Amino acid sequence: MVPPGNRRSGYSRRAHNNIFFAYVATGLGVLIGGALLLGSMSNAGNFAAWRGLASDVTQPAARVTAKGRTAAGGFWATLAGYATWGPENARLKREVGIARVQSVQAAALADENRRLKAMLKLAADTPRPIANAWMMASTNASTRRYGTISTGMADGVRTGMPVRSPEGLIGRVLEVGRHSARVLMITDTESVVPVRRASDGLPAFATGKGDGTVQLRLLTLGINPLKAGDAFVASGSGGIYWPGTPIAVVSELTRDGAMARVLGDPSASEMVVVQPAWAPTEDASLPPPASESEVKAKGKKKSG
Amino acid sequence: MASRIARRIAKPMARQISRAPSPVIAYSVPWVTVALASIVPGWPLIAVVPIMPPLGFMTLLAWRQLRPGLLPVWAAVPLGIIDDLFNGQPFGCAIVLWSVTMIGLDIIEARFPWRNFLTDWLVATGLIVAYLIAELLIANRAGVGTAWTVILPQMALSVIAYPIVGRVLSWLDRWRLARFRVID
Repeated sequence: MVPPGNRRSGYSRRAHNNIFFAYVATGLGVLIGGALLLGSMSNAGNFAAWRGLASDVTQPAARVTAKGRTAAGGFWATLAGYATWGPENARLKREVGIARVQSVQAAALADENRRLKAMLKLAADTPRPIANAWMMASTNASTRRYGTISTGMADGVRTGMPVRSPEGLIGRVLEVGRHSARVLMITDTESVVPVRRASDGLPAFATGKGDGTVQLRLLTLGINPLKAGDAFVASGSGGIYWPGTPIAVVSELTRDGAMARVLGDPSASEMVVVQPAWAPTEDASLPPPASESEVKAKGKKKSG
Repeated sequence: MASRIARRIAKPMARQISRAPSPVIAYSVPWVTVALASIVPGWPLIAVVPIMPPLGFMTLLAWRQLRPGLLPVWAAVPLGIIDDLFNGQPFGCAIVLWSVTMIGLDIIEARFPWRNFLTDWLVATGLIVAYLIAELLIANRAGVGTAWTVILPQMALSVIAYPIVGRVLSWLDRWRLARFRVID
């Protein structure tokens, strides 16, 4: 291809100046951008207000896309269902038969749990959600794992609140805009979730790997007691994440822990729930507080 | 039916007479497409791994290679700001990298003025790979380390997708210069 000739400035002083100042402006851009970069690297929350404003502006369009995404997923699932409907139907019928019996048993257990909890005066362990939201967007091109949800300060969402889908924990709210919020997913490398094994309460930390898995690091050293298929839930120590929220299932063992597949896959869950941040002082296993503060806490719960 | 088809085919030609391209569209399309390419790719899927090519950056590159000089060199700064608001990197990352890329492209063009499809793709490949590595380094510097192997699939996808981006932009380029405005 012939090199473009239209960029030669000739003898025009004005054209010379235009080219010169364009380069000066770009050079300044590099310097200013570098300063901004250093600023945001030292404190990641520095430009939260701008980002909040930007995601608020794009919120309506992104929400429409999220709905379309759900519809498209449903469409493909329906289409794929046609290929496997025969065996699938037989399997589902078998499962429904088993599930009917189990649901009666579960109802009995739930009733028993309710009575036992009432006897021990324990509060309900599932929090009232702050807001329901769509998963609007994610940072698909970056190694950082942030998501954007379609609810914000206007609905009472605050920084630090856990976000979960029906399947499991998605992450926690990092920055809040008026009608949108940015979520740090648990697969991000900066996210650390205190977890315990669902079967026996073995404590560990789940650190994001940035590739859709989490690294489980055990608190206890010695022989690695994990097995592939072990399920881990949030332990709630340190607050924020509600104890018992499903986190991940072990897929592969490492020397000092395991790699685990995240249960609350954000790509599969379009609707998420923002929960209030869990305060460890509400831990039922701790001794009850003094009567005065108990009254205060109850008053707070009622108003909130 | 046949006459209708004939009229449909003849229509674009009929539209050409005493019409001119709209200057607003002709000049705004590159800016708008780069901004949209920064914002919209986050919507269609919620990814658990970085898989989407850096489409904002690739669109900027493709416009620069398709129509040198249409976007001024300093366009990298405002467009980089928009990208930084949505890309999840530390703020300022795109401003710096895009500006450096625009200046770099001018230097490359002065050095090797004769270009063809393959050299353009080769230059773009080098820049995209360098961009993704720089992004990873900056993100790791600001946060905790992500393994570099995570970006390999994204890199391959971006390099393969680049000619497609160029093709879409050349289609948009023709549309940009379509004769919308009626001259009285």
